[in-house]
Amino acid sequence: MNFDPRFSGRKFTSVGTRPIRPDGVDKVTGRARYGADFNMAGQLVGRVLRSPHAHAKIHKIDTSKAEKLPGVKAVITAADLPDLTDGDAAMYDILDNCMARTKALYDGHAVAAVAAVDARTARQALKLIVVDYEVLPHVTDVDEAMNHHAPLINDAIFTEGLEEKPVKPSNVTKRSQFGHGDVHQGFGHADFIVERSFKTEQTHQGYIEPHACVASVSSDGTADLWVCTQGHFVYRQHCAQLLGMEASKLRVTSSEIGGGFGGKTHVWAEPVALALSRKAGRPVKLVMTRDEVFRASGPTSATSIDVKIGARKDGTITAAEATLRYSCGPYAGSWAEIGAMTAFACYKLDNVKTVGYEVLVNRPKTAAYRAPSAPMAAFAVESAVDELAKEIGMDPVDFRIKNAAQEGTRSSYGPVYGPIGIGPTLEAVKNHPHMKAKLGKNQGRGMACGFWFNFGGQTCTDLNIGMDGSVSLAVGTVDVGGSRASLSLVAAEELGIDYSQVKAIVADTSSLGYNDMTDGSRGTFSSSMATISAARNAIKILRERAAQMWDISVDDVVWEKGHAVARGENHGNLGKLSLKEIAAASGKTGGPIAGHSELVADGAGVSFATHICDIEVDPETGSTRVIRYTVVQDAGKAVHPTYVEGQYQGGAAQGIGWALNEEYIYGKDGRLQNPGFLDYRIPVCSDLPMIDTQILEIPNPNHPYGVRGVGETSIVPPLAAIANAVSNAAGVRMTHIPMSPPRILAAIEAERGG
Amino acid sequence: MAGVAVSTTINGDSVEYLCQPDETLLDVLRDRLGLTGAKEGCGTGDCGACSVILDDRLVCSCLVLGAEAEGRRVETIEGMAHGDQLHPLQQKFLEHAALQCGICTPGFLIAAKDLLAKNPDPTEEEIRFGLAGNLCRCTGYDKIVRAVQDAATVMKGA
Repeated sequence: MNFDPRFSGRKFTSVGTRPIRPDGVDKVTGRARYGADFNMAGQLVGRVLRSPHAHAKIHKIDTSKAEKLPGVKAVITAADLPDLTDGDAAMYDILDNCMARTKALYDGHAVAAVAAVDARTARQALKLIVVDYEVLPHVTDVDEAMNHHAPLINDAIFTEGLEEKPVKPSNVTKRSQFGHGDVHQGFGHADFIVERSFKTEQTHQGYIEPHACVASVSSDGTADLWVCTQGHFVYRQHCAQLLGMEASKLRVTSSEIGGGFGGKTHVWAEPVALALSRKAGRPVKLVMTRDEVFRASGPTSATSIDVKIGARKDGTITAAEATLRYSCGPYAGSWAEIGAMTAFACYKLDNVKTVGYEVLVNRPKTAAYRAPSAPMAAFAVESAVDELAKEIGMDPVDFRIKNAAQEGTRSSYGPVYGPIGIGPTLEAVKNHPHMKAKLGKNQGRGMACGFWFNFGGQTCTDLNIGMDGSVSLAVGTVDVGGSRASLSLVAAEELGIDYSQVKAIVADTSSLGYNDMTDGSRGTFSSSMATISAARNAIKILRERAAQMWDISVDDVVWEKGHAVARGENHGNLGKLSLKEIAAASGKTGGPIAGHSELVADGAGVSFATHICDIEVDPETGSTRVIRYTVVQDAGKAVHPTYVEGQYQGGAAQGIGWALNEEYIYGKDGRLQNPGFLDYRIPVCSDLPMIDTQILEIPNPNHPYGVRGVGETSIVPPLAAIANAVSNAAGVRMTHIPMSPPRILAAIEAERGG
Repeated sequence: MAGVAVSTTINGDSVEYLCQPDETLLDVLRDRLGLTGAKEGCGTGDCGACSVILDDRLVCSCLVLGAEAEGRRVETIEGMAHGDQLHPLQQKFLEHAALQCGICTPGFLIAAKDLLAKNPDPTEEEIRFGLAGNLCRCTGYDKIVRAVQDAATVMKGA
């Protein structure tokens, strides 16, 4: 049966309510099992040896002493993970990142690993491994890395995307460009032009659960992997490819996941744990320390961005241009490209041009972090937009409303928008009580907009109806923040039954077809689409069974409120059959009843948000305090509004940390100086106020219920909103994130001095 | 290294175990006793995910040695509910959706229980500072604070 994903304005019964999540009790009683909470009989402890150097040739690794230590069962190096990537450059980078081959490319790069009977023996063994390094010059700053004299990180990289193929290798892996119109001409029509340069420092996703897995490779070549991941099917694919296994022989079970935010979309330790287990012939548990999480996993790009925007006196933007340089770590990426796509996505522009440069540096491989690349671009653009509004003498909200993209606008990255929420979020902000709250001394108000694409992707869902009429929903998108509750609501809605009759689980890779990762805000969007499709397939069977029980044509049976209802003049006496009654009879009417769905969820509706915040700046110390914070965002349709609010609040809080405090600090030696939660300080409870939220619902035409992704957009506006607030409070434009006390103080003093 | 024999009380039950002198209470709870409700988020006392109550005092179990539990009382998340009756804090965390990924939740619940035992009627600011030793990366703390406020109201009425 063809599935029609188009939006149909229906009245909801379950969707939009706020029940308790199905995995809730286990999570408040300590019973829920996360990555490190799983154990197997006879399991060994795995540990990884990491490079202390930012950039070094590896001449030789002597593991003989470690191997002889009693209790050590396996020691591996890159030689135990041979290159099976067959010319796939992206996979080769993943392999090299899991275990350095010829060079260590950053402080924290894995060079060897051991499996031993206990943690202490494993730690001792690491100390007995002798690595012969030749330390090379390094570069960690994105601008310095673009300099022609900078140390080359990979001499096989020649910049892609230039008109002429370069003759010399470079740390710039790719140039990308987006836009339309003629910016030169556009700037010629401008009465006011703002041109500024911005920098943002590298941050980490900061999930509280370190990466953890248990790997068990059997002598028959089959294997099990228990792991905290945002995408167990993708982990299976990557691990199988790197270890030369058939995917079907590797069963990956996703544990409960203690936060990911994009950081658990990449394999690091898992292929290493599998290789250790294969060599030792025993299960191996590998859990990263927090130090390793900071040094070797995550982080987002550090950036350097130039923005130029021009406008007429009436407030119409005539041209907008940006150059964006994003660090990728030591491997090629497409981070600046995404930044270049999102930078001006909020606006209706006749002339726009963005250019992105992907830059290699001796830092950990950049990983996705919630709307990856968009917050930095928004910081630069929305700061310049604010400044331009000020120069023209317009209210910053009105200026944005005047230039906001609309349905039918050609976006700065190409596609033409359908119904979108940027205008409505701005109107809601204009009328929000927050905008009227009185500001005190040294306080400033800022606002900013944000955009994120949202993704769909491959999705597979099984809906099985038990003989007692209860429903098991098996999904393949990992639940990172309450999606089992949302998907149970969707199944209940479609079947017309109570939420409590549905139990959703995340199935392992051997129990369900392939699913893409939970990334791109796709979890609830795509799995709800697959759930609706599966439920509709199940309803078709339920109708057939009811028809059989009544001995009438299936065409005379409709599905209403959880019941089969016979329609037609001849069937007036038949009444209704509940899902439960049909399920109870299923053994005699054709066997188990289930609905399945395999689809590519296209049409993820783009998402917009506008944030407002009030910040107090202490002019003597440069310290800041967030006084008020409000998020307004379009959800399409909020399936479980409480968890939608939670996504808004969580993204805002992460953005606040990024804007005000969080950064990777490297020493001259190229070593990370703050790989711990004490020195890399994420916001704590006493740092934040309540975070107010307003959910707008502008239906996504490409989803039956109008759902859009909601998870990521909320981290896009905060950097800019806070920068605008701090700039207003301190009376000086802030251009470098994070706005830590020393940076704010320096800016204030420079302004005073100047 | 010879093991240290420890007799202690965990969630009201007498427990005996052998541990290494350098082993943390967190490692003992998780690896020797199978009480994996306390989580290791950092191992340095910065995140609070391993919070337990040791003789009426809130501690990070990653900063306490297993041997130090000798003769003392340890309360962990596994002992918070009475049978199938959830503690009001647990119930309110569920109702307010005060958890997303849930990894920090056991630590927050233990810290909040300790806070309300010492201050049954805290202000919002007292809650925020009382829970400042526990990191949450998902929620922005808003719903956690509201859940604790609501639980405090319920517990005062009890």
